[in-house]
Amino acid sequence: MTVHLSRNDQQMLDGRFGPGCQMAMRIVVRLAEACGVAELMDVTQAHIDGCGLLSESSLFFAETLAGKGAKVSIPTTLSMGPLDLQNWQKFNIDPSYADKAIRQGRAYESMGCIPTWTCAPYQSYLTPRFGQQIAWGESNAVVYANSVLGARTNRYADFHDICAAITGRVPMCGLHLQENRKGQVLLQLTDIQADQMQGDDFYAALGYLIGIRTLNQIPVIGGMPTEVTSDNLKALGAAAASSGAVMLFHAVGITPEAATLDQACHGDKPQQVVEVTLQDIQLARKELSTAAKADPIDAVILGCPHFSFDEFRQLAQCVRTSQAKHIGPATRFIVKTSRTSYSLVRQNEMLDLFEGFGIEITLDTCVFHTPILEPDTKVIMTNSGKCAYYAPGELGVKVAFGSMQQCVDSAVKGCVC
Amino acid sequence: MLDNSKPIHLQASVIIPGAAQGEALVTTSPLSFWGGICAETGEIIDRRHEKSGEIVTGKIFAFPNGRGSSTSSATLLECIRAGTAPAAIINSLVDSAMALASIVADELYGKSVPVLLLSEEDFAELHDGDSVQIHPDGRIVVSK
Repeated sequence: MTVHLSRNDQQMLDGRFGPGCQMAMRIVVRLAEACGVAELMDVTQAHIDGCGLLSESSLFFAETLAGKGAKVSIPTTLSMGPLDLQNWQKFNIDPSYADKAIRQGRAYESMGCIPTWTCAPYQSYLTPRFGQQIAWGESNAVVYANSVLGARTNRYADFHDICAAITGRVPMCGLHLQENRKGQVLLQLTDIQADQMQGDDFYAALGYLIGIRTLNQIPVIGGMPTEVTSDNLKALGAAAASSGAVMLFHAVGITPEAATLDQACHGDKPQQVVEVTLQDIQLARKELSTAAKADPIDAVILGCPHFSFDEFRQLAQCVRTSQAKHIGPATRFIVKTSRTSYSLVRQNEMLDLFEGFGIEITLDTCVFHTPILEPDTKVIMTNSGKCAYYAPGELGVKVAFGSMQQCVDSAVKGCVC
Repeated sequence: MLDNSKPIHLQASVIIPGAAQGEALVTTSPLSFWGGICAETGEIIDRRHEKSGEIVTGKIFAFPNGRGSSTSSATLLECIRAGTAPAAIINSLVDSAMALASIVADELYGKSVPVLLLSEEDFAELHDGDSVQIHPDGRIVVSK
């Protein structure tokens, strides 16, 4: 497969814009060749996920590109990193680990990336517009950008993302093209009352179920209430992109490419119709848990993806509802958020409430990427389908899945309830 | 009776070329490398995956496609650097993250893992424990 190159592409490949840009372009072209894509296209915004995991090779890659003088050519945000850059000393992190994490962060910032350090960039800064061609990494951000915003991106793998940001060029394929965005499987919410669809855990469980049921097809969700929030759709997409390969969903009457079922399916009938009942959702909830009721909890983890201001407000309400003064002595309560959301909370009295209750807030990072949990952590609880999906493997813990209120109540009692 | 003594010859599309030989580890369930494989040990750590606990290192690892995390390429790159990667990867749907990791490993370390694509029908010919030989032109020889 020969990839067609523009004059500018060829100049990048020939090193006219420096060795960093040359290396990035070589990777873009080699990947297009490998995947059999003959045409490249422009993207106008990027979100980098390759900055998240710290390993010897990820650091070497970032410092190699930065050392060759590579700079991003389009506005580029950063996903969460391997360290809370401002507060890591509070969290008992090994300084030699922190040193490498800071080096990796500096490499990306030196290439001109915007230090957003969040996996929920769509709730933070530089939100893409409808129809905009972008190159985003981080599976939950990809599904949100495609589905809720109507921007167009494939799931850019770590290291491909920064090469796209440097060159502004990507293989023309997949969800960048209108014909590949057609809804294929209709998941019809059936016999579920509106008040049963209000909980934060409902959308995470629904997302998990959608990921399992649709494999590589594009799901269309029917029957979702119009009052669904940005945070609900965030939870749904993150779970669906963890249990499955979902990069785009349509929700009839909610998402911008699905005013009607007909529009979502580009004028055709869905290839398959699946009814989703409350019983299915209950089963999904159970499958997300590997811990048993009454198991002692070492840590509650919220903010996967990163907490929004609204979620902090909801958490404050849950704390008040619990009527407790403090979480249990053997349980930690960690909330992960972005510096953007935190800057809003900092100016709000909620922060005193959280501190008094024993809640720890961490910025810029994720429990999966930074060593913030004690090594002997055995059981965690979360309201995130994504966190619940990955925790048993990545953290080697048992996980309990529940609503935000259940997480707060369980933290108070120190066990799953 | 089925004759198991004759090797099966398959032709794959070559995504990342290379020669490899090893024992097949085959699953029909998609896998996210990040959250699914430990780069230090090569163990499948997705506790919800049917192959949880198996080691991919040195195997001809056949899985239909990736899913989940976009960090899967970072995990495979680190596996290649650390020497815990599969000897080759066979998919039935193109997974650009696998190709990308192999290309970046070549750029950084001059090492890569062959990535091949088989039709679903040919993919079904592969089974755990088969002895598999992969040629740079995409020919695959499978001995039971």
